[in-house]
Amino acid sequence: MTPVPPLPASMNPFVDAALPGLYVHVPFCLSKCAYCDFYSIPDGTLIPDWLAALEKEAGFYQDRFGLFDTFYLGGGTPSLLDLPQIASLMKGLRRHFTFSPDTEVTLEANPDDLTAEKVKLYQDLGVNRLSLGVQSIHDRELAFLGRRHNVRQTVAALEAARAAGFVNLSLDLIYGLPGQSLEDWRKTLVQAVTFDPEHISCYQLTYEPGTPLGRKKVRGEVIPATEEEERDFFLFTSRFLEERGYLHYEISNFARLAEPRKDATPTLTLPPQGGGNPSVASLPNNAQFLANEEFCPGLINNQESFYRKLETENRKPHYSRHNRKYWNHTPYLGLGPGAHSFQNGVRWWNTPSVEQYCRELAQGRTPVADREILSEEQLRLEVLFLGLRTREGVSLDLLRQVPGWEKTLHNLKKEGLLEVHQNRAAPTRQGFLLADGLPLQFMDEGMGEDDIYYALETSAKIPHLSF
Amino acid sequence: MPHIRNFSIIAHIDHGKSTLADRLIQWTGMVGERQFRDQLLDTMDIERERGITIKSNTITLPYTADNGEEYELNLIDTPGHVDFSYEVSRALASCEGVLLLVDASQGVEAQTVANLYLAMEHDLTIIPVINKIDLPQADVEGVKGQIERELGLEADQALLCSAKEGLGVDEVLEAIVQRIPPPKGSLEQPLSALIFDAQYDSFRGAIISCRIFDGEVKPGDTIRFMYNQSTHKVEEVGIFGLQREPKKKLSAGMVGYIIAGIKTVSDTRIGDTVTLEERPTAQPLPGFKEVKPVVFASIYPVSADDYQALAEALEKYKLNDAALIYQKDASAALGQGFRCGFLGLLHLEIVTERLEREFGQSIITTVPGVQYRFTLADGQTITVDNPMHYPDPTRIKGSQEPYIRAAILVPERYLGAVLKLCLERRGVNSHISYPNPGRVEVTFEIPLAEVIIDFYDRLKTITQGYGSFDYELLDYRDSDLVKLDILVNGEKLDALSMIVHRTRARDWGVRVCDRLKDEIPRQMFKIAIQGAIGGQVISRSTISAFRKDVTAKCYGGDITRKRKLLEKQKAGKKKMKMVGQVMIPQGAFVAVLKTENE
Repeated sequence: MTPVPPLPASMNPFVDAALPGLYVHVPFCLSKCAYCDFYSIPDGTLIPDWLAALEKEAGFYQDRFGLFDTFYLGGGTPSLLDLPQIASLMKGLRRHFTFSPDTEVTLEANPDDLTAEKVKLYQDLGVNRLSLGVQSIHDRELAFLGRRHNVRQTVAALEAARAAGFVNLSLDLIYGLPGQSLEDWRKTLVQAVTFDPEHISCYQLTYEPGTPLGRKKVRGEVIPATEEEERDFFLFTSRFLEERGYLHYEISNFARLAEPRKDATPTLTLPPQGGGNPSVASLPNNAQFLANEEFCPGLINNQESFYRKLETENRKPHYSRHNRKYWNHTPYLGLGPGAHSFQNGVRWWNTPSVEQYCRELAQGRTPVADREILSEEQLRLEVLFLGLRTREGVSLDLLRQVPGWEKTLHNLKKEGLLEVHQNRAAPTRQGFLLADGLPLQFMDEGMGEDDIYYALETSAKIPHLSF
Repeated sequence: MPHIRNFSIIAHIDHGKSTLADRLIQWTGMVGERQFRDQLLDTMDIERERGITIKSNTITLPYTADNGEEYELNLIDTPGHVDFSYEVSRALASCEGVLLLVDASQGVEAQTVANLYLAMEHDLTIIPVINKIDLPQADVEGVKGQIERELGLEADQALLCSAKEGLGVDEVLEAIVQRIPPPKGSLEQPLSALIFDAQYDSFRGAIISCRIFDGEVKPGDTIRFMYNQSTHKVEEVGIFGLQREPKKKLSAGMVGYIIAGIKTVSDTRIGDTVTLEERPTAQPLPGFKEVKPVVFASIYPVSADDYQALAEALEKYKLNDAALIYQKDASAALGQGFRCGFLGLLHLEIVTERLEREFGQSIITTVPGVQYRFTLADGQTITVDNPMHYPDPTRIKGSQEPYIRAAILVPERYLGAVLKLCLERRGVNSHISYPNPGRVEVTFEIPLAEVIIDFYDRLKTITQGYGSFDYELLDYRDSDLVKLDILVNGEKLDALSMIVHRTRARDWGVRVCDRLKDEIPRQMFKIAIQGAIGGQVISRSTISAFRKDVTAKCYGGDITRKRKLLEKQKAGKKKMKMVGQVMIPQGAFVAVLKTENE
């Protein structure tokens, strides 16, 4: 395999000067969650093969990716790996890659895997951020989702993490379960906030084809939330968390403003299961809530002053540095079955099968299943739709390339879906709700001849990768 | 000449005309069982499917009669629809007699009556034939009664047959020989021939079908068309067998074809008289009329890229259909297209369907309309057949629209429903007659515009299929006409504009708004659809905006998939019409034009 020299950043206007991120996919789970369509197998006997393959795969890229400043161990269930396995993984990667001293090292973990001892050893290995699959604080919801853990284990895991000195925790939560009330969801959020995590991801439950939940939906055994209900949950979540100091910086992601911790080991309170929590103020009904929403001077609807506040107070939200790379078109390298990578306008991805992944690498071949060379037009489109999913939005310079953009922007502003600040158009909270349709508003009807020639020229400039 | 018989078969739709023609062809031994294919004369798929004849075809049948003599029976097939009544009249003018076919289970229908009148105008011998007598629901005696009372013909003269089963075909053939008189005419007189049809052949050009009344014509002659005064050198003459059979000449009394290097059928006029350049006849044959379109609509390609292909298809189609007229048209919503004039609604349907099927075009047809007349402030009168050319309303002093006389024949129990429909559609001067117990004929005067959209289907529905309908053009009458515009978020959809009577504008506006509401997908904005006359909104509907469409996750592995989805949507957007910020699928335009029953 001939190493391909990296493309000078100057040749591609979309290559971010930021350092790339490294993702490793751990394709093993003890059990499948009802809603999950990520690739994983329940058989841990392949872990040693996978570890060996991973290091071989890293070897293919050591000349193209030198230095990283994020490392994300996702899955699957990374916390399933035992400590020697993680240690060997880290060691293997360090043999091929360099990490900047402040690298964000995230490990996805199930609360039931996190013992105090394990957490401490993670930290010793350099993990400085834990992403916990909490999902809900209601055991019946956890059972419905097919999660292995319960709420007690979540609390224990968080206590252990804080006790070990983790100051960067992220919680994954899921809402929009069939029959879930706004009150149920609010309780989960209230509890999540008492943990004082630096970061919260709130995902709306989706019914992916082929998952147990997807099949239940097809058979009519569950009735998904309506569009209106989903909207209510989304807006509620955004407002609730922003009012508590979390910046809604991407559709599903909230970052707490970084501030010195008052207490290194906070006391965690848990609402009694199944009953109401007297400390939780009664929730206004949906209608009242939505009526308020229209006039709510929430942070996101007053973006300019919000940013100014951030600037003047010099506060930086606890973003997921790694995930932002996906949305900013920063290069990233994904290792492991099914992982995707992106660099210099090229995206490629591995075979999702663990067996095939191991076999290819054992025989000295890369496990790349396919790749695409993005045309200028495609890159622009990605910048557009990724940007419109984030609070940073997109540069007006990008929109200017679309005929009639001013009128479109004007209309979207008038509808309260976009805001313009410092030469960027960013979605409002209402705009987030419609983020799938927004980019289409700024896509003209088909490529003009000029676009096609431009795309041909630029794709010719991107070197052909020989895998 | 004593051994020639020229005849037509006339019938209401579906009464079995084509099947009887097939039997006559089969009985005279022109085709063996093997070659036999149903409805031999209907060569187009669309004719066979719809059971109607669009282009008339002619055939010469050799027949040995019971008296042992050999005859040439010229069967002149006629189009079976009211849109083509002029063509029918020219075909009948070429005959001495007709078979008037009546379905034994359906009885006399409006078109049967209309066709009978046409035959009587030409003083033809009429042989009533009751067909489909094999059907269990056949009511031969009842139909005989109708023939006597409603048609005024002698019922005992009626022949009974089942063309499908081949019953009574011999009797029909004998009656043609015995009852229909042989053609008259003189071989010595100058050539006088009537063009009753023309068809296009890609090798030979237009092939005219004609009946020779006087004189004769042969290859090498120079012929003259008396109406457009053009001359052509005859290349070939002959008669119609199953294929064309060249002959040395065509002479008085005969029916056949002439090939004379004529480029397209538009260079010929149905009803025109053919004579010889050297020795012309003094008078053209009577009855010539220039056919004028009465129904107008625009045709647009579904994809703007296909405009050139549509232009070529229309040009080719026109080679064989002199009645279609068209010119360029342009719409802000649909791009470039053509404004077309048709003989009637069926003609419109046939043209659009053949353009789609035979020429592979995907087209959108706008709301059909008629030709309106406006008197302007300066005294000038203009005709407008395209809503885009509707004059400035402040300059309009008066407006007129064409009226027809419609005749509807139904069982008496549907009278109320028919009268209601007639009133709804601004029918006036209705006249009710009872030609036969239990049956009623309603005639009324009604604007043509009212019957070209949705009228046949409504009539069929309210009469459970028993109503039959026929019409003739009357005159132009004063009418309070307005232009109805359809607006989407304030932007006009010009392709859906129509000129309409003021009292009917609201109905149409409501209907279009409702249809569009169903067809336009929800978008990021609220969409207001309005029907308006000038600045006054008369109907509206609203499509609510999307409330939420975002999907939760978008990480490294989701980006390509999401981009591909957007690219697909973008390609879909290309097929949508952008009106302001609103994306309107092409299908929305089509849906608006569909009738209620579809």
